[in-house]
Amino acid sequence: MIAAMMVLSALAGVSGLLLGFAAVRFKVEGDPIVEKIDALLPQTQCGQCGYAGCRPYAEAIATGEAEINLCPPGGTNGVAALADLLGRDPKSLNAEHLDKPKMLALIDEQNCIGCTLCLQACPVDAILGAAKHMHTIIASECTGCELCVAPCPVDCIHMVPVAPTISTWKWHAPAIPALPVKAAA
Amino acid sequence: MNALNRLFPFHGGLKTVRHKTESNQSPIQPGVLPRRLTVPLRQHIGTIAKPLVQPGDRVLKGQMIGQADGYISAAIHAPTSGVVAAVESRHVPHPSGLPDLCVVIDTDGEERWIDRQPVDYRRRHPSELRNILRNAGIVGLGGAGFPSAVKLNLSGSDDLETLILNGAECEPWITCDDRLMRERAAGIVAGLRVMACLLKPRDVLIGIEEDKPEAMAAMAEACSGTDYEVRPIPTRYPSGSVKQLVKLLTGKETPVEGLPVDVGVQCFNIATAYAVHRAIDHGEPLISRVVTVTGHVQQPGNLEALLGTPFAELVEQCGGYQEGVERLIMGGPMMGFALHSDDVPVTKAANCILAASPAELAPEQPAMPCIRCGACVEVCPADLLPQQLYWHARAREFDKAQDHHLFSCIECGCCSYVCPSHIPLVQYYRYAKNEIWAQEKEKEKAELARRRHQARVERLEREKQEREAKLRQKAPAKAPLSPSPSPAKGEGRTAVASDP
Repeated sequence: MIAAMMVLSALAGVSGLLLGFAAVRFKVEGDPIVEKIDALLPQTQCGQCGYAGCRPYAEAIATGEAEINLCPPGGTNGVAALADLLGRDPKSLNAEHLDKPKMLALIDEQNCIGCTLCLQACPVDAILGAAKHMHTIIASECTGCELCVAPCPVDCIHMVPVAPTISTWKWHAPAIPALPVKAAA
Repeated sequence: MNALNRLFPFHGGLKTVRHKTESNQSPIQPGVLPRRLTVPLRQHIGTIAKPLVQPGDRVLKGQMIGQADGYISAAIHAPTSGVVAAVESRHVPHPSGLPDLCVVIDTDGEERWIDRQPVDYRRRHPSELRNILRNAGIVGLGGAGFPSAVKLNLSGSDDLETLILNGAECEPWITCDDRLMRERAAGIVAGLRVMACLLKPRDVLIGIEEDKPEAMAAMAEACSGTDYEVRPIPTRYPSGSVKQLVKLLTGKETPVEGLPVDVGVQCFNIATAYAVHRAIDHGEPLISRVVTVTGHVQQPGNLEALLGTPFAELVEQCGGYQEGVERLIMGGPMMGFALHSDDVPVTKAANCILAASPAELAPEQPAMPCIRCGACVEVCPADLLPQQLYWHARAREFDKAQDHHLFSCIECGCCSYVCPSHIPLVQYYRYAKNEIWAQEKEKEKAELARRRHQARVERLEREKQEREAKLRQKAPAKAPLSPSPSPAKGEGRTAVASDP
């Protein structure tokens, strides 16, 4: 009887120590699912989902607070990827947001007054300029989030669609012809 | 000897109609010197060359006008002397029909060369030779346009077992390599010697399809006295594809995601060897190539055209189009693509211009449903399951397509050729590959944006803390000075307050 109790307590002690060690040694910083969701988001940091950026949105999805179909830049493919990751049902993109062509911001440099408001709005520091000096967009860094458009007091920022070049051009999917369907008997 | 000459047939492939005699009966003609040359700065795989000239500059024949930008890139040269008219986007031969950066040269007809310096390759260091080839703009002339200097660098790995020269030319209609081997075998072998000097292979094999006996005889004669071996290979499309040719001649399978060099084999086109010979033994950069103009034209043949010559002028030189031409194909009917216009220039990759009427190339037929006959599996030279790839590509299940080794597909077109339902299978594979690449690029871009956003958040936080620290610093700095006035102020205030 006593031997059995001692064996069991010894076992419990050892397992406790092991678990305690594992908890310290293999501690997971943060929520890994947030990282995974964040990796699927397009990182435009546009805030169209209603959150302050892609990471806050990822956190909101992870806690179940937000739906997965709030990200227009991610498009239908993005929603599908999120649904796949989280094991939820894919949904169509929310409201009026539909798949849009990729856009880039362009500053009409003739009209720029150098107010730096767009510099402060850009979430990825993709605008170059200084007070009372002309600003310009670093095209390769621009995510097309449109956050710089509204603050501009002289409306000199426009969104232009990204034209395909030889290096970005893609073969399109062959059209799947609609076959004539015979009326059901 | 027989055992040594053993061939290792690859799976699948096709016996296609050859159509070689239309264009291989007459010698290579020099191409016309057009008034205006449009030289694209991207004629190779890799980064586009950096333009070195401006409108108004005089250029000499062979002068570098575009500099290789990065390791995988190639230089571009002026094909003749003249004046640069523009450096701007012009239409280039590409399936998209989109423009790309070109140097437009108004030729002066004087053909004044730069100072050409032949090089004694035996006395030069290999890296120096590679640099010469890189600056001579040598790229693979079989059609892919991969910079040759990169392929000639084994970067310290083991010595090469086999160097293969590809003279298969398995695509129907094309005969530029055939003519080049018949007429300039000595030059090809001279170039091969330079390549062998750089790679130090144990064996050198030259693979030529059996339907080119004259080319084979000429090459064998040029190789006499060397230990280079000319190997006849069966006429079976696509024996000229790198991985298939390597298998055929050496029996080695190239790994799925690898290159022939991973199994100790390197392979070059015969025209590339000839270009190497011109660059090393004559100091001439790559400014022209042999182009087969064939199909529904008056006098099909092979022309040695300056890079940048408009296709229309080459067709004109061949007597013009016959009636009924519907499509203009660059490359062969199996792997080539239809051009949007004939006002595009010859590039390093342009081996053939095929003017096709319905007689040459059956018009595309409407695709019918897949009946799962499996004909595509039987002909696939890459041992893939084309039908599975098709289903996955069509359903946009790209990861599954990749699981079926989509990227091992060489886009040879055998599957589409035999498909009884006329499904454009290769187009589905190209589409799937392009989508996967685009997704990868997008992911990289997203990752960059994420890092930049994070850096910005950190910067804002840091600035905020610095501001606060400054404020705190200011506050205690004032403190020792203020003890006496502040009570006084307080007193004053109370005094004021009590005044009325």
